[in-house]
Parts: sequence; C-alpha cells; structure tokens
Amino acid sequence: MRIPCPYCGSRDSREFVYRGDAAPVRPASDLASDNADAMFDYLYLRDNPAGQFEDLWYHAQGCRNWLRVTRDTITHDIAGAVLARSGRAA
Amino acid sequence: MRYSILQLARQALGRHRGWGPAWRDASPRDGYDIVIVGGGGHGLAAAYYLAKVHGITNVALVERGWIGGGNAGRNTTIIRSNYALPGNEPFYEWSMKLWEGLEQDLNYNAMVSQRGVLNLFHSDPQRDAYARRGNAMRLHGVDCDLLDADAVRKMAPFLDFDNARFPIQGGLLQARGGTARHDAVNWGYARAASALGVDIIQNCEVTGFVRDNAGAVTGVETSRGTIRAGKVGLAVAGMTSHVAAKAGLRLPIESHVLQAFVSEGLKPLIPGVITFGAGHFYISQSDKGGLVFGGDIDGYNSYAQRGNLPVVEDVCEGGMALMPMIGRVRMLRSWGGVMDMSMDGSPIIDRTPIDGLYLNAGWCYGGFKATPASGWCFAHLLANDAPHETATAYRLDRFRTGHMIDEKGAGAQANLH
Ligand SMILES: Cc1cc2nc3c(=O)[nH]c(=O)nc-3n(C[C@H](O)[C@H](O)[C@H](O)COP(=O)(O)OP(=O)(O)OC[C@H]3O[C@@H](n4cnc5c(N)ncnc54)[C@H](O)[C@@H]3O)c2cc1C
Ligand SMILES: [Zn+2]
Repeated sequence: MRIPCPYCGSRDSREFVYRGDAAPVRPASDLASDNADAMFDYLYLRDNPAGQFEDLWYHAQGCRNWLRVTRDTITHDIAGAVLARSGRAA
Repeated sequence: MRYSILQLARQALGRHRGWGPAWRDASPRDGYDIVIVGGGGHGLAAAYYLAKVHGITNVALVERGWIGGGNAGRNTTIIRSNYALPGNEPFYEWSMKLWEGLEQDLNYNAMVSQRGVLNLFHSDPQRDAYARRGNAMRLHGVDCDLLDADAVRKMAPFLDFDNARFPIQGGLLQARGGTARHDAVNWGYARAASALGVDIIQNCEVTGFVRDNAGAVTGVETSRGTIRAGKVGLAVAGMTSHVAAKAGLRLPIESHVLQAFVSEGLKPLIPGVITFGAGHFYISQSDKGGLVFGGDIDGYNSYAQRGNLPVVEDVCEGGMALMPMIGRVRMLRSWGGVMDMSMDGSPIIDRTPIDGLYLNAGWCYGGFKATPASGWCFAHLLANDAPHETATAYRLDRFRTGHMIDEKGAGAQANLH
C-alpha cells in the first residue's frame, strides 16, 4: 500500500505506524460523571466495516504527522489522506 | 459408508467406482431447531456435537461459499494447549483431548500428528516467563518440559544458537502439541455431522435475520430464501462484525489479515513446530514436505484475504535469524485469511443480548487448535443455554465488566487491555 501523505506525497506504508479506527472519540473523563459505558464503547466497541473506512496512520519515518486515511478494507484501495488535526476527511 | 482397511480393499476390487460423496449436499428446508451460520471448523464441529452429544439433529449449517474456504482451510494447522491462564488452559486442554480421539470418533483421517511444539527463549526473563507458563500448565494437569540449550540442540541442531543478538537459551516443549490436516478436519466433521442428519448447505449467504415482535431472532434471511430457526448460532470468524451488524450488534472485534507461507517440498528437516521467541516467526513441515510458516498480522483492519509485502519481508527475516539454513529454500505460495481479532486476544462463546442469537467469535490467529472444543462448547451452549464448564470465561460482556482474559497481551491492538 502507498499512502498519499499531504505533506510528503505518496509513500510506502511501511514508513507509517498504524493506530486504527479513526472514529472513536475519547469521552470526557471528569470523575464526577459516571461514564463507564461511554469509556467501554470508546475502548472496545468497533463498527469494523467491510468497505469504506477511516483510520489513523502516523508518518513516523517521514514528516511525523498523524494522518486520517480513507481506505477500503476489502480492496486496500486508498482514496485519500488528510492531516488528522485538520478534522474529518470529506 | 464406514472407512476402514476392509472397505479400501473392497473398493479396490471394484476399481474405486463405489466411493460416494462424503456428505449430502443439502438444500435448505423451511425451518430447523438450530441454524449455524458459517461452515468453518467451528461451525461444523458445533453442528456435529449438537447431533452426537445432545441428540439435536434437526440442524442446518449454512455457508456462504464452500465449507473450509475460510480460515479453516487457510491456517498453519498448529494444535497445542500450552496456555497459562485458568480461563484458557482447561478449555484448550479439553480441545487437545478431543484431538487425540478425533479420528476414531469421526472415522476420518485428520492426520493429527503430535510431533511437539517448541517455544524458544532467548533471555533470562523469557526463561522465567516460560517456566511460569510451564508451571501453570502442570498445575492444570498438562505436561510440558523446560529444555536447556543442549536439549534443544539435540532436537534442532540447525538453529542459530550463538546468534549475537538473540542467542537460544532453551525452550518450552509441549510434546503432545503438533499439527493436523486442516481440510481433513473440516471434511471429517462435515461427513460425520451429515451422517447424523445435519443439513450442510453451501453457497448460502446469510443476509439478515428474522425477528419476532419482541425482537428475538427466529430465523435467517439467506441468498437461498428465508430459513426459520429456533436458535441461530454465529460462527463466521472474520466476518463476525459484518454479520452481527445485521442484527444491530456492535462487538469488541476488529477484522485483520494474517498471512501464511509454504515452501517447495523438502526431505524431512524440521522435527516439530518451532517458534522464535525474539521475533514473530513460527514454522513446521507438512507431511508433503513443504515448510509451513508465518508470523505477524499485517496490522491494519482488513477484509481482504491477502496481505502486503512488508510482512512477507518481516517473516522471512525472522526465519533467517532463527534458522539460516532455510535461506536457499524457495517459497512456493503465500495467502491470507481474515481473522476476528477480539480486543483481549481471547475468544467469545456466549449468548448475545438478543434472544435466539448465540455467538462464537474472537478466535484471532489461534482458533484452529480450538476447533473441537469450540464446537463442543458452542453445542453445549446452544443445547442448554448455559456455558460449558471449560468455557465460562469466554463471556461477551467481559470487556464491560473488566474480566478480560489477558493471556499474552495480544489482540487487535496491544494497548487495550
Ligand atoms: C494464515 C493463518 C494461519 C493460522 N494459523 C493457525 C494455527 O497455526 N493454529 C491455530 O490454532 N489457528 C490458526 N489460525 C486461526 C484459525 O484458522 C481460525 O481462528 C479459525 O479457523 C476460525 O474458525 P473457523 O474455522 O470456524 O473460521 P472460518 O473457516 O473462517 O469459518 C467462517 C465461515 O463463515 C462463512 N461466512 C461468513 N459470512 C457468512 C455469511 N454471511 N453467511 C454464511 N456464511 C458466512 C465464511 O465463508 C467461512 O467459511 C490461522 C489463521 C490464518 C488466517
Ligand atoms: Zn508525511
């Protein structure tokens, strides 16, 4: 797989470290609210779709940016990548 | 038809024209007491034990492709019961005991070969970890031996013992571990289940679930029509999330691809199963002579039954570090399978929150050895609505309640348990 890093251009996937599904968002962790359910959901439950998927890759051996990559889990086709800090890919 | 030496002689006299198909190719009927989804080893074994042990023969097994076309026919066939945790070891040892009697029970040659599984260690802390694992096994009544380097040298003189970075200090040997012929396991279970009345229905994909007013599952929608069912058991391995989503379930599972490799055929070379303790590489030799080996999962979510080159390189590097003699062996084939990676690396055999729907999943890259016990325990659960005594830890809700089974710090990602 080659990943189109917005900063470095198209690069071999072995330059990247994989983080996984980009969808889960860490719930607020103030001790007052009992958010065990939200934490359980965030840590363990996954949609795990067969098809279009957004996942996080870290360009460790390149620009060291976190990327949000749009990828097809059935074909491994990569539709695009944006810097993770810029928000969700279109 | 019973297989035996007499049968072989009789068929030989008849010029081998009398062999029938090993199992009936059934078409779906309107309804069954139990429908099992997924014709891998686990589904087939569950169907067999439902009929054999529990006397429930009004059972269908539906498979979207052909039986054994999934991981059941793609794995590297290692069987062992060298686990440490109380939630695991009795289950895997039960599986090993079933392996030991499987061929007689099924009347089918599954080529179960107890040639030994040797896990190498390369440092003092690793020796301690293996000693601890070996002690835990013995406390569960399962034998194993902690070998020093000399003893390993006698078994496998070709290893790179004096490697400067990862010298081999010894290994933990489970002599009863070994390999079995994966396809034969599937065919043997299918034949035995079919003979007891189970309908094995291939080319039949489950596309949805029939629910009653209370939400309970009362059947499956398939590419070959609706099939009513008293209970539905899912054993679809890598497709678990995808199929369960059709019933509205979200699960603690990610699908990942694992690759395996086989070399050209060679004379007998590698005595049993050997695993590298300092990298992810393991190897055995098939009865045909090919070296069968593998390593890590590719590491990204995938439903493709093929992986990428970085892992091929990584596996081959591991092999060269451990046994440089294989450097000139040619690789013949490689392939991939899609695995249901649970978040703690341990399986799930449990009811779901939906009445009538039962789950067998989360086998990661270690479910082949579990095939007999997984089928046994899933059948027990389906028949009795209560877990089998060796599978009580495999609860679906353990992630919510904090009862993860952290055998090896494995799973889809190592940071989740
Ligand atoms: C490369 C590789 C090496 C491995 N090596 C080992 C090893 O050495 N030792 C070990 O213990 N384990 C090993 N494993 C793991 C082991 O193969 C699996 O854990 C185990 O086979 C999974 O159970 P199964 O046999 O029931 O799965 P599968 O054979 O994958 O069965 C699932 C079945 O469900 C069917 N299905 C999916 N969706 C539907 C649907 N909608 N409708 C109907 N049917 C459906 C699929 O077609 C498939 O046939 C390995 C796996 C791989 C990929
Ligand atoms: Zn970059």
